[in-house]
Amino acid sequence: MQLAYYPGCTLKTKARNLEEPAVASLEALGLELEEMDRWNCCGAVYSLADDDLIHQVAPVRNLIRAKERGKDRLVVLCSFCFNALKRANLLMSGDAAKRDTLNTFMDEEPDYSGEVRVLHLLELLRDEIGWEALKKKVKLPLRGLKLAPYYGCTLLRPREVAIDDVENPTILQDFLAALGAIPVDFPESTRCCGSYQVVSDPGDIPGYARDILNPAVRRGAGGLVLTCPLCDYDLGKGQEELVKNEESGGVPLFYFTQLLALALGLDPAVCHFELNYGDPEALLREKGLLSPEGTPQKTGGKA
Amino acid sequence: MSAKKKTGNPAQATTREADTAPEVKLIPIYVMGKRYEVPEGLTLMKAMEHAGYKFIRGCGCRGGTCGACGTVYRKPGDYRLQVALACQKTVEPGMHVSQVPFFPANRAAFEFDELTGAPEEVFRLYPELFRCVACNACTKACPQGIEVMDAVSALKQGNVAAAAETAFECIQCGLCTSRCFGELMQYHMFQLARRMYGARIAPRARHLAAMTEAIAGGRYDECLEELRGMGEDELKKLYQEREVEPVTAGEGWTPEDETYL
Repeated sequence: MQLAYYPGCTLKTKARNLEEPAVASLEALGLELEEMDRWNCCGAVYSLADDDLIHQVAPVRNLIRAKERGKDRLVVLCSFCFNALKRANLLMSGDAAKRDTLNTFMDEEPDYSGEVRVLHLLELLRDEIGWEALKKKVKLPLRGLKLAPYYGCTLLRPREVAIDDVENPTILQDFLAALGAIPVDFPESTRCCGSYQVVSDPGDIPGYARDILNPAVRRGAGGLVLTCPLCDYDLGKGQEELVKNEESGGVPLFYFTQLLALALGLDPAVCHFELNYGDPEALLREKGLLSPEGTPQKTGGKA
Repeated sequence: MSAKKKTGNPAQATTREADTAPEVKLIPIYVMGKRYEVPEGLTLMKAMEHAGYKFIRGCGCRGGTCGACGTVYRKPGDYRLQVALACQKTVEPGMHVSQVPFFPANRAAFEFDELTGAPEEVFRLYPELFRCVACNACTKACPQGIEVMDAVSALKQGNVAAAAETAFECIQCGLCTSRCFGELMQYHMFQLARRMYGARIAPRARHLAAMTEAIAGGRYDECLEELRGMGEDELKKLYQEREVEPVTAGEGWTPEDETYL
């Protein structure tokens, strides 16, 4: 396989609990990913101004780095990076005039025209490994864990970069089911978390969190499953306010990669649960998925 | 230095006679837009001095290490802006040259003792770090050939050690900063990264700590006292007759007299 892995800045600082379990899991699954040795910021927010090409330079440069290394696919973990990189890639493959401008500007790099495919890790698990095969690799089925998949926006919008059906995605449900957990559907799973609006103006941060967390809990979810560090920040910070105002007792927020590592029987230390909001370890202990000392329960059987 | 001298370093040919000597080829360069005929083979700095400029700033070590003489130039028929240290680059026909000996950049104020080496400290002191759009103009502007943008990216990624190592050869000439689209002050950020790396991140050299302690504990007090008591002639003799480590000595070299090891 010619897979390159793009980590992203946030995964190397705030969201190590998203990255480290993923890297360990991919190794356990036997997927050969090569972390890029040179990369820069993905651009973070895809620029919507049609002629604002300078903000496409950062994502395109990363795509060029992957191509330079002879990789035909670039695997991304962070939803925001995925969105920025995949959209920039579409621009480079689909818009000849803008492609020429960007290639001419980056005169120190080889020309690029969208040769690398940008994939989210969930797509890789679904298409490269498959849910049935993943299920067979599970060593600690997440039995009894009722979790609401929360997609946010950037994995699914706009339509041309979506990793699944835009309105009715199931990829996270399928993923959870393969790990032996019980996915809890809720209509707010694709509602916006507040995105960067919350970071620049935290005014109504509990409002965004309330409208997403409460419906999930009402439908019986014991926790939410996230893919994006920004969703994690917004829902986590919002939840802290809700708990402070005694509106909520707190809902554990998981990254999907932590559940993957846990189900594959890896050392829970790699999950860095200490960086999570809402105390997911308490829920995992309650379900017998984590021993009081933090080591995984050895249940052996399959889901 | 004489006009009659047939051979010799043309860089030394700075007298009036040398200008007109047939064996010294003169080439045209443009200093801040004005044309001068200068002897081939001179550095930009010597060529500018030859043309009559006197440096009271923008000139330091003349050896390519102090970073005082950052210079930008363009060659005929090439759109690319190029960079050099004026003391290192030799003149080429038709080049347009301007020195950028200093470029305004604010160095963040901090109490180093309060810094732990965490990337968040760099983010706090230099928040403009996140204005980088990866245009790479900084890298293109580095006369040291540093991957400046990679070092900036390393800082954004929270990897202070990688930033410090990537920018280790930075001489703080400021050319990257002069070209930055995001108005970052790279060379100050890198200095901070190197300081953090050296003091807080890099593994401590245990043998050095042990030796420092031994010295503080008086290990060499006696022989220093002995030196202090010597007369000038005796000191000179001792110095001249000392055993010198050969240039080619390997790591295992030890002096014959091991009294002070």
